[in-house]
Amino acid sequence: MEQSIRMVQGRIADIQRFSIHDGPGIRTIVFLKGCPFRCRWCCNPEMQEFGIQTMTVEGKTKTIGRDVSVSEVMQEVLKDRAYYRRSGGGMTLSGGECLAQPDFASALLETAHEEGLNTAIESTGFADFAVIEQKILPHLDHFLMDIKHMDPAKHKAYIGHTNERVLENAKKIAEKANRLVIRVPTVPGFNDTPAEITAIAEFAATLPGVEELHLLPYHRLGQDKYSWLGREYTLADIQPPENEHMQQLLLAAQRSGLRCQIGG
Amino acid sequence: MSSYTIYDAPKSARIDRLIDHIYGNMPQIEADRGVLLTESYRATEGEPMITRRSKAFYHILENIPITIRPEELVVGSTTVLPRSAQVFPEYSYDWLEDEFETIATRAADPFYISDETKAKLREAYKYWKGRTSSELATSYMSAEALRSIEHNIFTPGNYFYNGVGHVSVQYDKVLKIGYSGIRAEAQQALAALRITDSDYVTRRHFLEAVIRTCDAAVLYARRYAELAAAEANACTDATRRRELMQIAENCRRVPENGASTFWEACQSFWFVQMLIQTESSGHSVSPGRFDQYMYPYYKADLDAGRLTPEFAQELIDCVWIKLNDMCKVRDAASAAGFAGYSMFQNLIVGGQNQDGEDVTNDLSFMCLQASMHTLLPAPSLSIRVWNGTPHELLIKAGELTRTGIGLPAYYNDEVIIPALVSRGLTLQDARNYCMIGCVEPQCPGKTEGWHDAAFFNMCRIIELVFHNGMDEGEMVGIATGDVTKMTSFQQVFDAYQKQTDYQVELMVNADNAIDVAHAERCPLPFLSSMIYDCIGRGKPTQSGGAKYNFTGPQGFGVANMADGLYAIRELVFNRKEYTLADFKEAMDYNFGVGTVAPADVERVTAEIVKGLVAGGQTIGESDIAQIASIVHSHVLEPAKRDKFMRLRESIQSLPKFGNDIADVDALAREVAYTYTRSVEGYTNPRGGIYQAGLYPVSANVPLGAQTGATPDGRLAYTPVADGVSPVAGCDVSGPTAAANSVSKLDHHIASNGTLYNMKFHPSALAGRSGLENFAALIRTYFEKKGSHMQFNVVSRETLLDAQAHPEKYKSLVVRVAGYSALFTTLSRALQDDIINRTEQKGWRD
Repeated sequence: MEQSIRMVQGRIADIQRFSIHDGPGIRTIVFLKGCPFRCRWCCNPEMQEFGIQTMTVEGKTKTIGRDVSVSEVMQEVLKDRAYYRRSGGGMTLSGGECLAQPDFASALLETAHEEGLNTAIESTGFADFAVIEQKILPHLDHFLMDIKHMDPAKHKAYIGHTNERVLENAKKIAEKANRLVIRVPTVPGFNDTPAEITAIAEFAATLPGVEELHLLPYHRLGQDKYSWLGREYTLADIQPPENEHMQQLLLAAQRSGLRCQIGG
Repeated sequence: MSSYTIYDAPKSARIDRLIDHIYGNMPQIEADRGVLLTESYRATEGEPMITRRSKAFYHILENIPITIRPEELVVGSTTVLPRSAQVFPEYSYDWLEDEFETIATRAADPFYISDETKAKLREAYKYWKGRTSSELATSYMSAEALRSIEHNIFTPGNYFYNGVGHVSVQYDKVLKIGYSGIRAEAQQALAALRITDSDYVTRRHFLEAVIRTCDAAVLYARRYAELAAAEANACTDATRRRELMQIAENCRRVPENGASTFWEACQSFWFVQMLIQTESSGHSVSPGRFDQYMYPYYKADLDAGRLTPEFAQELIDCVWIKLNDMCKVRDAASAAGFAGYSMFQNLIVGGQNQDGEDVTNDLSFMCLQASMHTLLPAPSLSIRVWNGTPHELLIKAGELTRTGIGLPAYYNDEVIIPALVSRGLTLQDARNYCMIGCVEPQCPGKTEGWHDAAFFNMCRIIELVFHNGMDEGEMVGIATGDVTKMTSFQQVFDAYQKQTDYQVELMVNADNAIDVAHAERCPLPFLSSMIYDCIGRGKPTQSGGAKYNFTGPQGFGVANMADGLYAIRELVFNRKEYTLADFKEAMDYNFGVGTVAPADVERVTAEIVKGLVAGGQTIGESDIAQIASIVHSHVLEPAKRDKFMRLRESIQSLPKFGNDIADVDALAREVAYTYTRSVEGYTNPRGGIYQAGLYPVSANVPLGAQTGATPDGRLAYTPVADGVSPVAGCDVSGPTAAANSVSKLDHHIASNGTLYNMKFHPSALAGRSGLENFAALIRTYFEKKGSHMQFNVVSRETLLDAQAHPEKYKSLVVRVAGYSALFTTLSRALQDDIINRTEQKGWRD
């Protein structure tokens, strides 16, 4: 059995060590390729498609995506085992959307647990709940879940899907997960009014066991990737939110009674 | 065991005013010491050198101008103007005379010098021709060693032209028994001598010299007592008047006697610190374990209710400012290598006592707090870390790191203690280690470590390999064969080892020559009075009076050579895509960068001439011919140029040291051994051994500027990697990967110190969780047996802005390499180097 889960194959875009904003301690993030959402601010657009693709960076072609086994990923992840032990860190799956490759994600998380590592996923929760419940939650310590908007129409306009499934899953995950943290990418023009943030926070506060909410300020670090992919960046004219404005939103969120912070 | 209270005392308003005062003027050169020294030397011709040195010291302290700066609580200044410098012609002087007209405007560490000072020094300098330690050292060196120095294979410049310094004395002893106590010990030893002893004469002269310098120190403090009393009398402000009266009282009591209060202890400490640097120009005079030897006085005052933690903090802050109120003038080349007016006064907190118990105390935290209050480069604050280090101390240190001043540096007891034991220290002495200068460990009060004996440029060695020992038309190395005929990687590696071994021999010859010259011309009786066991052995540290004696020359360029030799192994011998001849030719032509195509010679020549004419120069026929010939020397066929550039691209696409890749890291370990093992086994004239370090201070920039292209794709004259850090920009897998790579080197054998610079974006240390992760990173690197770590935490944007608007960033301190310096005082090239170091972000995508 153990042999077999370590041989499960999946498609990743990248592995990033020393990540300190996505779960506790010093972590390694494994970015899985493919995502059902098309968030217009997405800073990892090269990870949205499941297919292996190329990107042209300063005249050079870079291939995005490679098929690897769990055991290959773990070899890289375990290089920092000593740092996880000292800091209480571990492995985080991100993407893309790790739930889009549920068997691979499941095998990675289970193997990490076998190795004694703390596990987290950073996810939209957009999947069949039965899959989440059976394959992911048994091997998961921290579920970092994005809730981006309470209004289905606006959700669809910016993301490509409405939000019903996300909200429904949030309730179910809250009941079953070890620890659920709600994260809100705060994007000017999309969800950065106090009213919009308040609505999300109030919803989050109703979820059983949820204590924390993180506001993640919009940033433009992914903008260049759109041109490297030959795609248009449709948010080119918006600015990252001012610190002062973020503080206002933080105050709005805090009224929900949750522990709130800016940044992961 | 460690027990402590963390007070986090606030900053007194006095502190900023004191700082403003010492940074209110441009550093200046003062002539007094040089003139007084020369007067004394002229009057003592023919007497034993140790006697002359002690008399000169006495004469200087009796007559040098003294001053108390506004609002100071701890007094004593080597110069009238703040942050200024005295001169030390007994070591060397001609470079300064040559720089009289340019020193005020040079790029690194400029000093103002008045016409009056120039005139006084010119007069004094007449005496010194043929009498300096550097001239004597030169005469003692072999021709081959001198040639290698000339070709910049290694540079022993530090002690060649200056005093040695690099020492931590028995501060605890002066605090406890004062110079009257030390004097009594010397007196006793003198009385015990028998006139029939074989070394009676040298012992007697030495002990008498010690006594004379103790008297000089006491005399000097009394002058301050009188000045303070006189200023108190004239002072109309009642508070300041009381302070001045107490200062007068303190200076009457210490350093003649043992300190009876914490304030006296601070004053006594400071006199020791500044007087050592009046006797000799050696830098890196390091206070060492300040939190340990000051603690009894602090504790006694606190228990007796004589002292509040707030006032103790204020006194420590005042001492910190004094440490910044001292400067040294170096020649232009050295100034570039040690940029930032730094004196490298290393002060370390925390760690174990000689019995292996953690002895963190209140003062350990207060020292960190003092650096938070002053935010100045001195002292070079360090912290000892081991499994028993209280977590809170590491967190407090992280808070200081987060300010971005590059302090403290972190040291690993678990590597350094066994490394020192392997060099012959007792376990007790090793556990009591402190840091000297940048990163060099020693047992304080018992060691003459010669820690900064030379820089050894490991990149120049590969150039010698590729040119069969020749450099610029001269045989500098040894013949190791035509590199293009070598048929295995092992042959290349062996040639590299042989060239290294030969240059190390020459370096030992040069260092030992300088060592003997110091013993003969510049013995230091005052310093020796505070180093065990000089009084017992009856000789100064320069002649082997210390219990432990070392010579520590530093290799640098490990990362470049690891990447370069890896590239050769991979591309020439494994993949067989290129030949060694390809490498040689490409490196000779700097990988095609800066070359000119044959068809472009006329056009480029014409452009240069046009530019010169436009710049107002008259250009004749012969000038044009000369320019054309220079352009010709850069001619390269475009096809070749493309080939060289392709080679460089192939090199750049290979794995690099610093990314946790087993293959490359293993080679890096072997490369480091070529130097560290080569140095082992040599002895110095003081009866000690050689031990290697791996760090360049900031010399990786100026010495890189003298180094041709290297097989790692590094272009000619660009900086070499610093310390044991990966090549700038090559560690792209994050800080844990880089730290893992660096930890795979053998840090124990580089017992003279290794230096690992890591740069962080401030966001990585944000919040308590940022500090926790930071502490975990350090603990883990140390668990993997890394020995030292230091951090620059400042954003790239900030540094770029500081380059563009230096006036806005006068106080921006960055860690350079084992020390902190004001960013705006660094040369442009060094600034660029700091900016280009990979920023280790806490990734967030």
